[in-house]
Amino acid sequence: MSTGLERDPAIELSDDDLEALLGDRALARDDHLNAPGFVVRPDDVQSVLSDLRDEAGFDHLANLTAQQYADRYESIYHLRKYADPTQEVSIVVPTTTDDPVSQSAEPVFRTADWHEREAFDLVGIDYEGHPDPRRILLPETWQGHPLSEDYNQEKPQLVTLSEHANPVQPDHHDDESDTMFLNIGPHHPATHGVLHIETVLDGETVVDVDPDIGYLHRCEEQMCQQGTYRHQIMPYPDRWDYVSAGLLNEWAYARTAEDLADIEVPEYAQVIRTMGAELCRIASHMLALATFALDVYGDFTAIFQYGMRDREVVQDILEDLTGQRLMFNYFRLGGVAWDLPEPRKEFIEKTRDFLDGLPAKVDEYHDLLTGNEIFQVRTHDTGILEPEVAKQYGCTGPVARGSGIDYDLRRDDPYGYYDNLEWDVVTEDGCDNYSRVLVRMQEVEESAKIIEQCLDLLEDWPEDERTVQSNVPRTLKPDADTEIYRAVEGAKGELGIYIRSDGTDKPGRFKIRSPCFHNLSALPEMSEGEYIPDLIASLGSLDIVLGEVDR
Amino acid sequence: MSSDQPRQSIYDSTAPSTDTRDSRIGEGADDRFNSKLREAFGSTPFILTKFDKFMNWVRGNSMFMLQFGIACCSIEMMHTYAIKHDLDRFGAGVPRASPRQADVMIVPGTIVSKFGPRMKRVYDQMPEPKFVVGMGSCTISGGPFQEGYNVVKGAEEIIPIDIHVPGCPPRPEALVYGIAKLQERIRNGESTPVVVKPYELEEFGDLPKDELVQKLADDIDEDDLVMRYNWADSP
Ligand code: SF4
Repeated sequence: MSTGLERDPAIELSDDDLEALLGDRALARDDHLNAPGFVVRPDDVQSVLSDLRDEAGFDHLANLTAQQYADRYESIYHLRKYADPTQEVSIVVPTTTDDPVSQSAEPVFRTADWHEREAFDLVGIDYEGHPDPRRILLPETWQGHPLSEDYNQEKPQLVTLSEHANPVQPDHHDDESDTMFLNIGPHHPATHGVLHIETVLDGETVVDVDPDIGYLHRCEEQMCQQGTYRHQIMPYPDRWDYVSAGLLNEWAYARTAEDLADIEVPEYAQVIRTMGAELCRIASHMLALATFALDVYGDFTAIFQYGMRDREVVQDILEDLTGQRLMFNYFRLGGVAWDLPEPRKEFIEKTRDFLDGLPAKVDEYHDLLTGNEIFQVRTHDTGILEPEVAKQYGCTGPVARGSGIDYDLRRDDPYGYYDNLEWDVVTEDGCDNYSRVLVRMQEVEESAKIIEQCLDLLEDWPEDERTVQSNVPRTLKPDADTEIYRAVEGAKGELGIYIRSDGTDKPGRFKIRSPCFHNLSALPEMSEGEYIPDLIASLGSLDIVLGEVDR
Repeated sequence: MSSDQPRQSIYDSTAPSTDTRDSRIGEGADDRFNSKLREAFGSTPFILTKFDKFMNWVRGNSMFMLQFGIACCSIEMMHTYAIKHDLDRFGAGVPRASPRQADVMIVPGTIVSKFGPRMKRVYDQMPEPKFVVGMGSCTISGGPFQEGYNVVKGAEEIIPIDIHVPGCPPRPEALVYGIAKLQERIRNGESTPVVVKPYELEEFGDLPKDELVQKLADDIDEDDLVMRYNWADSP
């Protein structure tokens, strides 16, 4: 805090205050629907961001969007506050087409490290002073930047196998040390998919960790930019966080697009959405628990199968509601696809049955996991993530809440029906693997509370007000150059989307802010200096899903 | 020649190559089922025919799966292994973490350029006879991501596939059905011919020196293994 002027970070600053703070570094205004936006010069990035962080309390770099226009490149830093995420500001940094160089924000926000690598990889902006300017999602040998304007997708590409050095080899970090290099993944049961972690070990202690991602980079942003707003984009969010968290992801797109195109959602549909989303959260947290037990105990028989058993029940309910077990595609802009299944009574009863059985099951998990001595020894005080560090990396969701950061968009930036329901945000301040597991388990119970209340509401809803969709024009064409960033609380944290419309029925730029991307980037902080089994436990407790990390 | 000009036999035109498809239909069984004994004794002796039958029966009834999660489909694959669907009932449900202990690889998800060489390597590490089940539309054609700049248009571009299970994702029941079909084929000693595969791992030094190769010459060692993706030739 350079001025000594101790402000309450939650205090709201008006646009004029911000303008005064930036002074003549703000070249122009470029407001977004969600936040005031200021255009700054490429070499002012660090000073502007650090002033905003230290003097105005914007301590959360939620996202960085890079894009190319016909005449320039642009990086947009989306800032908000952990204390009050409804306060947002966007910093827009234009650079020329011939020489797209901008100052790196990494010294101010650690999370800018991965973001700027991604911006370089996909769009082609260079960041001056970046500590590690490599590609991140695509292979090192890739030619061109796929989201830039002149990229030709038909050109052949070469990918090497030797990127993956010999899995076990001596490492000549320096002459003194007796370290060993160890490759974990991309095909490894503990990496939860196709993640590759390059580790350097000294004995059993982890000296260096470098997560190498991009083995599931499925061009989600490109796909969304090719789809029309109304129907073609909605199926993709299901596939970002594919651990049954589909409805939560769909909500991220629905919320953003509805705010962009000014679409009303009937209250009844909001209740259904809220219920569906919380069911998804339960399913997702169950899998997190199950696989965490698999990582820590190698237990394929008991806890893993218990988790799967409970997921099956949730998936059944969701299938009744949406018609699919995993890729629901149930939300529509302006509501949901259809009403609760008939006979409604039966559906509600089935869901209630599940909720009634849940406390006993949660107790069972507590007996098996958190009450178990081995588990406690393995997870207590391992994988420490201090709140300040977590904020630097933009961690959100159960990972942040396990470090005592009281941040939940369902409450802090309300949407849907959450505002009218009784429930609590769970936090734990142990900052370790154990806390993160505890947070998830308690969140399951909170979700159950929410569903319970939604069911009551749905049951008694007046028969003639059960509108599931509002009237939405067949083709949506938001005004050109409207920009918006909106986020929801996904299963893993803040799942945000930035959309810039270009006047057509498809987005001009569609950028996904993935919570797992941020959470995973904090892995080195959590595991360096610890034992290698703790690295595996930390990775499990982050509960990443590669579809969302790589997009 | 510029790098966007496809070359050589399969690179000749940008039209979809049909070689692969034709050879898939080609002559009968390949030699994946043949034992060393059979090779030594020739193909007629009665006792060995019975022995082969027996071996095929054994193979079909005790398949070890490779624990191989890629994308969304792997969630449904886990459900297939787990309680309720319990693939093990059909003698095919013990996931093995190491490819060297596995007979069957279920490919559950989207293959992207960076993962292609890795998957090929894992496949090569499995001992013969080995079988592959492609799960989901991504392994058939790239599925919903078919137009992506980074997505391989189907797992068959890289490894041969015995059974395709369509769906996005296929339900566990569908995967169980696909595996039951595979078992049936193995018991009957039928197999898909190993196909011509467009994308192979090659040594960098062996590649024709076109523009792309020359550009990368400084970064890649002569004997590094590389995979070359000719997107224009993809189906
Ligand atoms: S087929 Fe569908 S569910 Fe399966 S990996 Fe592809 S996108 Fe995911």
